[in-house]
Amino acid sequence: MNTSKKELAVAALQNGTVIDHIPSEMLFKAVKLLGIESLGTQLTIGNNLASKKLGTKGIIKVADVYFPEAVLNRLALIAPDAVVNIIRDFDVVEKLRVSLPETIVGIVRCDNPKCISNNEPMATRFHLIDRANGELRCHYCGHSVNTTDATII
Amino acid sequence: MNSNSLVSIADLSKDEILHILEQTRYFEEHPNHKILDGKVVATLFFEPSTRTRLSFETAANRLGARVIGFSDKGTTSTSKGETLKDTIKMVSNYVDLIVMRHYLEGAALYATEVTDIPIINAGDGSNQHPSQTMLDLYSIYKTQGRLENLTITMVGDLKYGRTVHSLLMAMRYFNPTFNFVACNELRMPDEYIDFCNDHGIKYNVSCDFSPEIINSSDIIYMTRVQRERFTDIMEYEKVKDLYNLNNAMLNDSKDNLRILHPLPRVNEINPDVDDNPKAYYFQQARNGLFTRQALICNALGIDILKQ
Repeated sequence: MNTSKKELAVAALQNGTVIDHIPSEMLFKAVKLLGIESLGTQLTIGNNLASKKLGTKGIIKVADVYFPEAVLNRLALIAPDAVVNIIRDFDVVEKLRVSLPETIVGIVRCDNPKCISNNEPMATRFHLIDRANGELRCHYCGHSVNTTDATII
Repeated sequence: MNSNSLVSIADLSKDEILHILEQTRYFEEHPNHKILDGKVVATLFFEPSTRTRLSFETAANRLGARVIGFSDKGTTSTSKGETLKDTIKMVSNYVDLIVMRHYLEGAALYATEVTDIPIINAGDGSNQHPSQTMLDLYSIYKTQGRLENLTITMVGDLKYGRTVHSLLMAMRYFNPTFNFVACNELRMPDEYIDFCNDHGIKYNVSCDFSPEIINSSDIIYMTRVQRERFTDIMEYEKVKDLYNLNNAMLNDSKDNLRILHPLPRVNEINPDVDDNPKAYYFQQARNGLFTRQALICNALGIDILKQ
């Protein structure tokens, strides 16, 4: 059957985390946000896979790693529709949606060049002021930025 | 953030604003009350601002405090590459209060996160300048006898003028009616129009500095229209004199009208207005001294009215 062939294209995971429904153009940003570049465990990254919802999508499978919720929620910045599958012994034991935290520290760069956070060695800090529209405001200078336009550090 | 710091006018509740105004009134009556004997105040001006610095330093001196500081970052370790954090931490070892002005936005808020010494923001880039707003409020309060239910006309550069933005936000407690008079290029930004809508503040937007607007105003708050703000220099030439005030324009204005301006002015207020008793901008600047005395005491946790 076609579907089983598709599934076989990416190896099944015994234990670990599968993050699905990442917009294709955001896949490598997602990799960076998760900080998995230097991981030693088995890592499968797929991109431009067919998706009914997104057209094409990216997927990340990380063996033997379970991420803290705060790390997963960073993905909400760039992949608000991402679905996180927790795999134990080949079974999906939990499905999570990512959700933007109220405060985002050290991830988004302020696009105001005169903001103190761009001129001191310090962590940036943004507050989510409009969840529906993804609007963030810089804690320091008050500049607003939309999550879709946000520069990821 | 340490609780006595003042970074933004938005940090102050209505009660706190009113209390500071009462303290300001006290200092206007008793400008040399030496309540800060033995205290040391630092004025750290990473960006030059003679008027604001002299006003804060005079305020501290009249309260009996000693003042240390610098008036230009060129003379400090900042020019050697020291971070703001390190400068603030170093100065915190020596003083009871830091008054700081910085060319970067958010600098004062960040400073409050790296020290337990109270910070007063004396301007951070084009962001916040709360002592200016408090002296504007005091000037309105003093000349009108109240803050409630006033018609306030803001004229000139409403886009970049941080003083008008902060005053607008501070007035939200007092049921004002605003007239926003500016050319299209320098009109009040949407976020402040939204602020008015969200807080039920009445306002009119006009490109025309008309007699009707002038004659209905209790306060006219003039600002400087700066050439460098315009992308189109033809547009500047077209509008530069539309928002100038001269004495004849005040003929039918209300008796209680007062003209405010954060200064420095260029030609937006004709010198023939200066002798009109409705001109208040020089006294307004003088009020800055008493206001800053009140703010310094407030930041040090001293209530002069309970002494």
